[in-house]
Amino acid sequence: MDAREKTNNRESGPDALDSVGYTQAKTIRLVDIGTPMDLELGGTVGPVDVEYETYGELSSRKDNAVFIAHALSGDAHVAGWDKDAKQTGRTWRQRKPGWWDTIVGPGKAIDTNRYFVICPNVLGSCYGTTGPASIDPRTGKPYGVSFPMVTVGDWVKLHARLLDALGIARVCAVVGGSLGGQQALEMALAFPERVERAVILASAARLSAQGLAFNAVGRYCILNDPKFAGGDYYETGGPDAGLAAARMLAHITYLSDEGMHEKFGRRLQTADGQKAGFGIEFAVESYLDYQGRAFVERFDANSYLYVTRAMDYYDAAAAWGGGNLVAACARAKGQFLVVSFDSDWLYPPGDCKELAMALARNGAPVTYANVPSRFGHDSFLVETQKVGRLLRSFLAH
Amino acid sequence: MSQPRADKDLLIDRALGKLPEGLFEARAKEIAEMLRLHGHAAAASPRPAGRWQEEIIAREIPLGSRVLDLGCGDGFLLERLIRERGVRVQGVEIDPEQVYSCVDRGVPVIQADLGTRLSWCPDKSYDVVVLEETLQTLHNPREMLEEMLRVGKRGIVSFPNFAHYRVVVDLVARSRMPVTDRLPYRWYDSANIHLLTLRDLLDWAETSRVRIVNGYVLADGSPRELRPDDDRVAEEVLVVVERT
Repeated sequence: MDAREKTNNRESGPDALDSVGYTQAKTIRLVDIGTPMDLELGGTVGPVDVEYETYGELSSRKDNAVFIAHALSGDAHVAGWDKDAKQTGRTWRQRKPGWWDTIVGPGKAIDTNRYFVICPNVLGSCYGTTGPASIDPRTGKPYGVSFPMVTVGDWVKLHARLLDALGIARVCAVVGGSLGGQQALEMALAFPERVERAVILASAARLSAQGLAFNAVGRYCILNDPKFAGGDYYETGGPDAGLAAARMLAHITYLSDEGMHEKFGRRLQTADGQKAGFGIEFAVESYLDYQGRAFVERFDANSYLYVTRAMDYYDAAAAWGGGNLVAACARAKGQFLVVSFDSDWLYPPGDCKELAMALARNGAPVTYANVPSRFGHDSFLVETQKVGRLLRSFLAH
Repeated sequence: MSQPRADKDLLIDRALGKLPEGLFEARAKEIAEMLRLHGHAAAASPRPAGRWQEEIIAREIPLGSRVLDLGCGDGFLLERLIRERGVRVQGVEIDPEQVYSCVDRGVPVIQADLGTRLSWCPDKSYDVVVLEETLQTLHNPREMLEEMLRVGKRGIVSFPNFAHYRVVVDLVARSRMPVTDRLPYRWYDSANIHLLTLRDLLDWAETSRVRIVNGYVLADGSPRELRPDDDRVAEEVLVVVERT
């Protein structure tokens, strides 16, 4: 799920008045090797380093923090232009700003003149936070699939440690879309006293069977690529074809039939017509091919396995309500904004609404809006005006 | 009826036959004008400034109570109640544009239609449930009235009275669905699919174990308390109800 590409100029580059400008990530050790962190599904992990970015100033009362949780393939680089992109080899960041640059910045919906914005990369991912590509101190080699299984619950516990380290007792808001929305929900349930508001976009209390199925096929592509080599591929070159295929499939699930029809139709990529072969001919094929290849450049296949599994396993009702979502939501204390998008088939409106209603049933002040959009699951990134208006107003009250 | 009448039409006599003595005389000129405009929409009557119901609702809502507004529109009422009455509110509204307005005002709102039971609301979970100018737009108004009394300790219902003399005259004079300033839509673009009268509401209360705690009407452009003979003079009705 990439933000729309932007060119680097005065109007939309780092010098633009509404850009957070150049950004530099920070890394913090939140778990020491001597005192590893217990994990929800058993086992421990340690040491853990977390890469995170912040924008804006933390107020003296430390009451203006907005915690942003990223989605499946996201990272801590929410907004602005990565100053270290070249040194860290994240060269794709030279071409475009952070993934939610349209929403986060001075004067934008999440106004960095007003709020102190924090976003960490999740445990098990591949953008500076400890994950399967990190060195296992016991072996001196990358963890690969010996990395322990991590969950959304583990992420949120780690995020609470980050807030502790920053001296923030309570966030003004936790905000996330998709898998990030599930982190927002989990933070509101696991640490109700620490969450004043939660914003859950294109997300639900659990993934549907259809969503599980999409993830299963994605992992199948990776696991059955001969180059996967049991996850121990860091020396030999990874399962690029498998990871690209997983990404291509995922991209289909982020769009909608209507949106694809509008964007590509049956258009051919080149003017010389159909070639009676198996190359890339249709515009939609070319788009997916590009997305697949671009993703291989920037994502680790093992991380894809771990993060999709965390997404599969997340079930707020099971974790906090013995299977009953209303009982689980009784823990919540803050205000909620739940937004669905009518063409989203990954987290369909019905599932989002079910969560909103479970929160409302417990008497929590809830706003639920179903935004009409043809951009499918990606709407939460693309419908900047509508999402921005909801976010801006919700945060202000 | 001693004064000269502008029209002796038998139908009108019948239609207005139930008007209390003296009422017709006071309105003879206006009715004559409506009849003269035969075939056209009736002229507007004087309108009170703002939405009269909201003054009364604000008075009827206990300080610090929990309020659910079904069909809360742009959230104007709830924002006022938060500000003036320190209440905890929840709105429900189907129109997405209105939902955005609610969020702009800081009013929590669930985008949902009122066609089904409020399964997400436990019994008696709100002190007051408001159905302001919403009842007549619902597919199952009776079911929603029942839901209102299930989830709320009290209900507040307001609606345009279809038996108001101007509505009746307009219907009789034009033989078309009445178009007045309180019912400004044509039959085909009106959201009002279950129009009712003051008497209908009172009948429902009587047969549904419902007590009218307080009643108000808008009559001749001014709000006042409900009286026994308001059937034809109430333009709009607002009642506070409780289950007996």
